[in-house]
Amino acid sequence: MNTTVTAGTAGVSERQTATAPQPAREDTAVREGVTVGMPFADDPKFRLRNVEVFYGVDRAIKNISLDIARNEVIAFIGPSGCGKSTFLRCLNRMNDSIDICRVKGSLQLDDLDLYDPKRDVVELRARVGMVFQKPNPFPKSIYDNVAYGPRIHGLANRKSDLDDIVENSLRKAGLWNEVKDRLDAVATGMSGGQQQRLCIARAIAVSPEVVLMDEPCSALDPIATARVEELIAELSESYTIVIVTHSMQQAARVSHRTAYFHLGHLVEVNQTDKVFTAPEHSLTESYITGRFG
Amino acid sequence: MPRKQDDVYGDHISHRFNDELTELKSRFLEMGGMVETQIERAIQSLVDGDSQVADEVRANDRTVDRMEMDLDEEAILIIARRQPAARDLRLVISVIKMVADLERVGDEAKKIAKMAIKLIEEGQAPRGYVEIRHIASHVQGMLHDALDAFARLDSEQALRIMKADKQVDEEYQAAARALLTFMMEDTRNISRCMSVMWVLRALERVGDHACNIAENVIFMVKGEDVRHTSMEEAERVVGG
Repeated sequence: MNTTVTAGTAGVSERQTATAPQPAREDTAVREGVTVGMPFADDPKFRLRNVEVFYGVDRAIKNISLDIARNEVIAFIGPSGCGKSTFLRCLNRMNDSIDICRVKGSLQLDDLDLYDPKRDVVELRARVGMVFQKPNPFPKSIYDNVAYGPRIHGLANRKSDLDDIVENSLRKAGLWNEVKDRLDAVATGMSGGQQQRLCIARAIAVSPEVVLMDEPCSALDPIATARVEELIAELSESYTIVIVTHSMQQAARVSHRTAYFHLGHLVEVNQTDKVFTAPEHSLTESYITGRFG
Repeated sequence: MPRKQDDVYGDHISHRFNDELTELKSRFLEMGGMVETQIERAIQSLVDGDSQVADEVRANDRTVDRMEMDLDEEAILIIARRQPAARDLRLVISVIKMVADLERVGDEAKKIAKMAIKLIEEGQAPRGYVEIRHIASHVQGMLHDALDAFARLDSEQALRIMKADKQVDEEYQAAARALLTFMMEDTRNISRCMSVMWVLRALERVGDHACNIAENVIFMVKGEDVRHTSMEEAERVVGG
C-alpha cells in the first residue's frame, strides 16, 4: 500500500497495514435453487416456481423461484448473460419465438398457468405488455400506434371510444401535451425519448395488468430517462412493473425490490433500499459496487 | 483465505476508485493521528504547566479544520464521480460523519489548551489534576481504539468502546462531585475549579466522540445503525 502518513502518533502507521478480521459475509458460492433475502410475497401477481429455461442443451435459467407482488416495481439486475432478460421474457412467453428455447417449471399469473398449451398467447400479451430496449414504433401515425392494440383486441366500439383510449394512454405516458396537435404525424419522426414513451403508451393502451420493460432507457439521454423513470413511478399505482436494467442507479431509483441474477441463478431478492446499502450476498455486493461485471 | 484489510475496499474493476477509497481511509487515519496528538499535547501542557505547548495546540487546530474540509471535499467528489453503493457507500458516509467527530475532538483539545494557559497564569497549586490525568488516559485510549477499529473494520472492538463510554460518564460525575467539595471548602478555589471542570467536560466529550466513531464503524461493517439503540441491540448487531 502506498500512503503518506504525517501525523506523529504511534499506531497510525500500524493501522495502515493492519490485517482486518473479515466482516460477517454470506458465502460467495451460489447454491442452485437458493435465493437469499425476500423472494416470496403474500398474494403475488406472478407465482414462479422452479423455473428453468434451456436454449438447446444450454440451461440459461437454473431452478429459479420468485413471487412478483401486485403493483410492485421489481428490477432485475446482473451482468450480461446472467439470464435476466431471458427470465423476463418468460413472463409473457416472448421466448416462444425462439425455436430452440424450452421453459420448464410452474409459472402462474394470478390463477393462470402461463405455459398451458391451450393458452392464447395474444390474449396473454394483452395482459402482460412489454417495452423493449430500442423504441420500436410502427411506421404509422402517432394515433395509429396507440390505437393498434385496442383495435385488434376489439376494445373500442366507436371512434370516440378509441379517441378516449388514445388520449388516456398518451396522458398516462406523459406524452399527450407534446403530441396532441400532431396525432397524424409519423411516429418515427419523433425523438428517441418520445418514441419510447409512445411505446409505453402503446403497451398500456390495451389495459394490461403487468408491464415488462427490457432496458427501456438504455438508448435514451438523461432527460428522456428521467421522464421515463417518473412515468414508471406513476404507472406503478395501476400496474405491476418488471424492469430489466443495466443501470444500478436506475434500479435504485425506480424499484421497490431488486433481484440480482448471476450465471442463470437468482442470487438475492431484497428491498431495493437494502440491496444498495447492505446487500446480504457477497456476489450482489461485488456486482453493485463495481467489483466485477 | 484471510484477506488484507485493503482488499475489502481495493478490488474494484476501476483501479482509480480503489485508489480514491484507499486515499480517503488513509487521510482519515492521518487526521485521527493528528487529533490524538492534539489531545495528548493539550493534556501535557496542562499537567506540565507549559504554555508554549498549549499555544502550539491552539495554532494546530487550524490544520485539523483544514483536514476536515479536505476530507469532506474528497468524500463528496467520490459520491459525485462513483455513486458508491453498499459497503463503499457506508465507508464514504461514515467518513463524512466521523470527520465531524474528529474535528470536534480537535476543538476540545483547543479548549483544554486554552484552560491550561488560564490555569498556568493563575499559578495556584494544582487540584483535580489526578482526575484529569485519569479520565484523559481513559478517553485517549477510547479514541485510539476507535481509530484502530476503523482501520481493522473491527466491530467487536467498536462495541467495547461504546461500553467504555458509560464508565467515562461515571468517572466524570465523580470528579465533578470532588471538585464541588473543593469549591465548597474555600470559595477562592471556585475560578480554578471551574477551569478544571471545563477540562473534564472537554475530556468527557472526547469520550462521546470516540463512541460516535465506534457506532459508525459498526454501521460500516454491519450495515446497521446502532445509534440511539440499547446496548443489547448493539450487541445483537455485532454478534449476529
